[in-house]
Amino acid sequence: MEEKQLYTVSIYTENTIGLLNRISAIFQRRHINVESLNTSVSEIEGVSRFTIVVKVTQEQIKKIIGQIEKQVEVIKAYYHRDEDIIYQESCIFKIKSDLLFEERDIQNIIKESNARIVTVNKKFFVLEKSGRRAEVELLHRELSAFGIMQFVRSGRIAVSKEPMEISKMLAAFNAN
Amino acid sequence: MKTERISGSEAIIKCLLAEGVDILYGYPGGAIMPVYDELYKYQDKIHHVLTRHEQGATHAAQGYARISGKVGVAMATSGPGATNLITGIADAQIDSTPMVCITGQVPSHLLGSDAFQETDIVGISTPVTKWNHQVTKASEIPEVMAKAFYIAKSGRPGPVLIDITKDAQFEELDFKYEKCKGVRSYKPVPDTDIESVKEAAELINNAKKPMIVWGQGVVLSEAEKELIEVIEKAEIPSAWTILGASAVPTSHPLNIGMVGMHGNYAPNILTNECDVLIAIGMRFDDRVTGSLNTYAKQAKVIHFEIDPAEVDKNVKTDVAVLGDAKASLKELLPLLNANSHPEWLQRFKDLYKIEFDKVINKDINPTKEGLTMGEVLKEINIQSKGEAAIVSDVGQHQMIACRYAEFNTTKSNITSGGLGTMGFALPAAIGAKMAAPNREVVAIIGDGGYQMTIQELGTIFQQRVPVKIVVLNNEFLGMVRQWQQLFFDKRYASTEMVNPDFVAIAKGYHIEAQKVTKRDDLKTAVKEMIDFDGPYFLEVCVEKEDNVFPMIPSGASVSDIRLE
Repeated sequence: MEEKQLYTVSIYTENTIGLLNRISAIFQRRHINVESLNTSVSEIEGVSRFTIVVKVTQEQIKKIIGQIEKQVEVIKAYYHRDEDIIYQESCIFKIKSDLLFEERDIQNIIKESNARIVTVNKKFFVLEKSGRRAEVELLHRELSAFGIMQFVRSGRIAVSKEPMEISKMLAAFNAN
Repeated sequence: MKTERISGSEAIIKCLLAEGVDILYGYPGGAIMPVYDELYKYQDKIHHVLTRHEQGATHAAQGYARISGKVGVAMATSGPGATNLITGIADAQIDSTPMVCITGQVPSHLLGSDAFQETDIVGISTPVTKWNHQVTKASEIPEVMAKAFYIAKSGRPGPVLIDITKDAQFEELDFKYEKCKGVRSYKPVPDTDIESVKEAAELINNAKKPMIVWGQGVVLSEAEKELIEVIEKAEIPSAWTILGASAVPTSHPLNIGMVGMHGNYAPNILTNECDVLIAIGMRFDDRVTGSLNTYAKQAKVIHFEIDPAEVDKNVKTDVAVLGDAKASLKELLPLLNANSHPEWLQRFKDLYKIEFDKVINKDINPTKEGLTMGEVLKEINIQSKGEAAIVSDVGQHQMIACRYAEFNTTKSNITSGGLGTMGFALPAAIGAKMAAPNREVVAIIGDGGYQMTIQELGTIFQQRVPVKIVVLNNEFLGMVRQWQQLFFDKRYASTEMVNPDFVAIAKGYHIEAQKVTKRDDLKTAVKEMIDFDGPYFLEVCVEKEDNVFPMIPSGASVSDIRLE
């Protein structure tokens, strides 16, 4: 059988209640676990954008895209391999403030990882890091040794290297 | 356009009227009562049929849609009323039936509070609807309803559910109605690439052993005439899927029968010998293909298809012609060479002879003592002169009905194909007969499925729907029993039925009824049924342990079809 790999699915949609359910049902029905999911506005006003990461075969992803595009409120869906996109994840750490001052290593880790201190108060400081999964995970591992009060990571967001010609499609519809 | 100030519930009725709805099926309850109150006022313009269960309303709407090509409409209240629609909605989704379901919902301020008869029907119905939407403001009603009908009917049809909160039904709006002409995120019919049609024509013109398998897409796009022209010009033997049945008359010499698990011998075997397989408006269901690893591997495959997601889903195609079947076949016809394939056609005739001797003759002209389902179908064909619309349920009788019913007219085979919903036929027959009152509608049902929606006899009685109901009673869940016999060493786990007096039940609903147990009585009984002016129930007690053949065992190759 063909090997599974990570695919990043980008879906342009109308902004309607229930569409998230409709799209997630497509994965659920095929017993596919979603690695990450992000929804946001897109470059076009009034058009939403889903970014979903799944680990499947190429044959599966093609069929899934077909099923997603079939949904009435989906304008267009694309899938990409990692090499075809620029992608990022973002994470936030909440750590005891004492550690920032007492542990020299923490300061070095922050510097070397290009993480950003968002806020510091007497009790805790908040660290933000954006990057690829491996970078985020490395930082998490390094900071874990000192104790992390809270950690959260966002879903992947990605833009494709090649254009996704969604604006043209909408223009064509408006012209008709 | 002028507007008028009316309530949300009156707006719903006006939307239905604007969409040409004359009949709808449903069941009232708390959260939909304002709409029923308007239905009462508009009863001279729109006929509401009270079914005996909401599932019956959906199947009736499906039967209505399948025979007429129009959108079927079902209505129910919130909570259990809404959840009872789900089986019919799922059936309509997998069989591409245009249907709009309207459900009442608790008032919007109670949403999410676990109010009485509240259920998340939009959430529940999402995976089995083409589109669904919840309305909480009366002002949304005209646009949402217009969109519902447009989406249900256009492109590859399907069910749409509109859930309307009770406060939106009471609220007033400035009503005006405009039909939906398009939705920007939805392209119902993909553009046809003329190059793909040319490639298809070239493959067909060069084929020595071409074969067509058509499906319901031909019926839905009303491409029957175009299909027959293509078949005849290129002389292509043509088979059908269960939902494609009746698009080409049974008697047509190039109609070579049904493909699939209990389809005909020749088209199944020769699927694995043809050099070009032309699929038109069908989706290569597993009951059609058997094992995909051994399905038509030798053939070039052409797929005429309206739904891009179906292309290469199950069978890899060499040429995909996207678009509406009628339009694509029109483009194809002038590109085809007039052709003949006498030797290839002879192969079908030879294999038909084998099937006739080993299976068909025994089914329709039995000499053994017990009655067969096949001979009942033969008698119905004779008495109805092949003009009946056959509404079948699910199981052995369904396979027999689809194999042996003779069709002269399209849209005459109404059955639950993809979902295999037992209980479909009785309510579907109600909808079919009401949509086509001038047609003879014969429901053919097993004793198992009949009892799943038997309460719809009440609807038939109250509405005086002159359907003819034939129950082929073998006192078993016959298809499951057949599998138990063949694959589970005859361990008949929970398949034997101890049945009630069906004739007495029908008579309880004041429906004329009769029971046949002997071959000698069959002809007269079928004649009396067909001739009767009104609803009629006929029970035929058939052989208990007959099997349906041919049969492709589950997971086997189409060419491994068994005749016994």
